[in-house]
Amino acid sequence: MTESKRNLLNKVWDAHTVRELPSGQSQLFIGTHLIHEVTSPQAFAMLRERGLKVRFPDRTFATVDHIIPTDDTERPLKDPLAEAMFVEIEKNTKEGGITFFDQGSGHQGVVHVMGPEMGITQPGMTVACGDSHTSTHGAFGAVAFGIGTSQVRDVLATQCITMKRLKVRKICVKGTPQNGVNAKDIVLHIIRTLGVNGGTGYAYEYAGPTISDMDMEERMTLCNMTIEGGARVGYVNPDEKTFEYLRGRPYAPQGEAFERAKEWWKSISSDEKAEYDDIVHFDASIIAPTVTWGINPSHAIGVDENIPSSESVSEDERGSVVEALEYMKLSPNAPIAGTPVDVVFIGSCTNGRISDLRAAAEIAKLGKVADGVKALVVPGSQDVERQALAEGLPEIFRNAGFEYRQPGCSMCLAMNPDQLVGDQVCASTSNRNFKGRQGSPTGRTLLMSPVMAAAAALTGKVTDVREMLK
Amino acid sequence: MSSTSVEKITGRGCPVPGNDIDTDRIIPARFMKVVTFDGLGEHLFEDAREQANGKHAVDDKRFEGANILIAERNFGCGSSREHAPQALLRFGFKAFIAQSFAEIFAGNCCALGLPAVCVSEADGKALADAVELNPESEITVDLVAEEVRCGETVYPASIPAGVRKQLVEGTWDATAVLLEAGGDIETKASSIPYVQGF
Ligand code: SF4
Repeated sequence: MTESKRNLLNKVWDAHTVRELPSGQSQLFIGTHLIHEVTSPQAFAMLRERGLKVRFPDRTFATVDHIIPTDDTERPLKDPLAEAMFVEIEKNTKEGGITFFDQGSGHQGVVHVMGPEMGITQPGMTVACGDSHTSTHGAFGAVAFGIGTSQVRDVLATQCITMKRLKVRKICVKGTPQNGVNAKDIVLHIIRTLGVNGGTGYAYEYAGPTISDMDMEERMTLCNMTIEGGARVGYVNPDEKTFEYLRGRPYAPQGEAFERAKEWWKSISSDEKAEYDDIVHFDASIIAPTVTWGINPSHAIGVDENIPSSESVSEDERGSVVEALEYMKLSPNAPIAGTPVDVVFIGSCTNGRISDLRAAAEIAKLGKVADGVKALVVPGSQDVERQALAEGLPEIFRNAGFEYRQPGCSMCLAMNPDQLVGDQVCASTSNRNFKGRQGSPTGRTLLMSPVMAAAAALTGKVTDVREMLK
Repeated sequence: MSSTSVEKITGRGCPVPGNDIDTDRIIPARFMKVVTFDGLGEHLFEDAREQANGKHAVDDKRFEGANILIAERNFGCGSSREHAPQALLRFGFKAFIAQSFAEIFAGNCCALGLPAVCVSEADGKALADAVELNPESEITVDLVAEEVRCGETVYPASIPAGVRKQLVEGTWDATAVLLEAGGDIETKASSIPYVQGF
C-alpha cells in the first residue's frame, strides 16, 4: 500500500493541489501568504493593471522589515525612498483588506520571525512569500518557499501558484553537538558538504535525533539557511515541541480546535517508512563552530581549520576559491581563527530570535567589545524586543559595549542605514556572504553563529567560542 | 490576458564569466528601494561593473546590443528578487544560456517569458569562446528544437519540459492559467482543515 510510505512534502502537496496543469506543474493552493515592502509593490501594481482583486485577503499577512531604520523609526522616514515603500505597503494592505503588522501593532518584525511567533505558520501549510528565506517556516512542518514578484501577483489574484513537485532528500543528523556548536554551525556544515547548488530540485527533510533535540528556534535557523544550499524548501516533521510552541499563539487554533488540529498535523507528517529520492547522513558531534571565509555560504570551514588555497581544492572549485580569496583579501592556508573583524552584526531572520540573543548575551557577559569594533544587536521583531527587555538583555549588551537597536533586517542586506563601509570585515549571524551584501560594494562578511559573533566582538577577531565556554 | 508564444530568440550573445553569480551581484539591494521595476536596467551588475573599471562584459563595446546572456554555473543564486531578471530584461537581455541556473531565478525568468536554457559545460565554454572570437555571431535559442545555434554550430540545450511548454504555448503568464480554475480554487480551500479553522 503506497499510503503508508508517503513523506510530508507529498502529503501537503496533494492536499493543496487544485489541479495538475498541462505543463506538468501543479496549481498549488497557498495556505499562508506573507508579504513585505520590497517585493510586493510591483505585484499590487500588476494586479491593478489587470483589474483584479485580492482573492483571499485573510490568507495574506504583511509587515515591514527590509527598509526600516533600527535607530530612528519616526515617520516620515528620513530616507524618502524608504518612506515611499512604506506608504505603498500601507496603501496596498488597506485597499486589499490585508492584516499589516506595522510598528503600531506591536508585532512588526522580520517577516520570517513574525509569522511563526504570531502562530500564523503551522504544520501542513503551504507558505509562500516574495523572499527566499521563506524556507524558515518549514521548521513547523510546513512546505514553505520563496517566490518572485510575478508569483506574488499570482497569489494575490488566485491564492495559487504554478509549481513543479519537488523531490525530497532526507538529511539525517545524529550525534550530540559540542558545547558552543548549534544549528547555524550544523547547517553551514551541511551546505559546505552538499554545495550551494546541491539542493536544486529538492526539498530537504531534516530528521534524526539531533534535529529532534533542537528547539523550534534552532529548527528555524536550520530551515532558514536551506535556500543557501540551493534547496527551495527545507522542513522538519512536526512533533510535540512544534505543538507546544504553537499552543496559545494569536493565530493558532484555540481550545478544542487545537486538539483537532494536532491530529491533522500528526497525520501529515512523513510516515515511518516514507520513501525519499535521496538520503544523506551527518554526524553533528564532529562539527566545529563553523565560519565562512569566502563569498558564498559553502565557503565554510571549522574555526579550527585553515583558509583553503587554490591548490587545496578540486579543479572544479578552483575558480571560485581564487575569486573569493581575492575579494576577501585573506591569505590562503592561514588559520581563519584570529582574522580581525571591524563590525559584528547579531540579528536577521536566521539568528535574530530570543534564544539567539540569550546565547549571545551569555558571551557578552564575559567581557567588553574590543576597541575599534562596532557591534550591533538587532532583535528580529518587536515581540523578541519585548521579551529581551523583560530578561534584561539590552542592558547586558549595552554594558558590554554593544549597540542595541530596534527590529528589522538591518545589516543583513543593508537596505536601511546600517551598512558596512569600505572593505570592513563583518562577523555576521545573517545568511549570505555575497559580495557587497552588507551595503558596501567591497564589504566582507564572515557568517557564523550568535555565540561566535559575540565572541568575535569581545576579542576583535574570529575566535573559537569553545575556548570561552571552558 | 493571455501571453504570447516564445519559440525562439535570435540575436547576439554576451558572455559573462564566473560561477555562482548571485542576485545581489546582478542587482545590489540598495537599488531595490523602488516601487516599480522601471529603471532597474541602469543598475544591472553595478558594483561588479564599477570594480571592473568599465571592463565588465556588459560594458564591452563588442557586445553592445547583445540580447542573449551566456553565463556559467548556478547563475542567479541567492534571493528570490524578481528585480534580478527584471534588471536583465530592462538592460536588453531576452534569453539566458548557462550550465545551470538557481531554481527561483529560473522560475522568475519563466514568469516573465524569458527562456533560460542549459547547455553542457563544454558547449557553454565553446559558445562563449565563439562569441568572444566573433562577437557579431548570430545566436538562436530555439525552444522548439531544444538547441542553441551559433553560426554553423548546434548545441543541444535543455529546459524543464513544463517551462518549455509554457513558453512555446504562450501560457507562461501564470495568473491567466491559474484563473482558469475558477471556483475549483474555493472548493479546494474548503477541503483544507486549517482554512476552515479545524
Ligand atoms: S533578515 Fe535578511 S535574509 Fe532575512 S528577510 Fe531580512 S533581508 Fe532577507
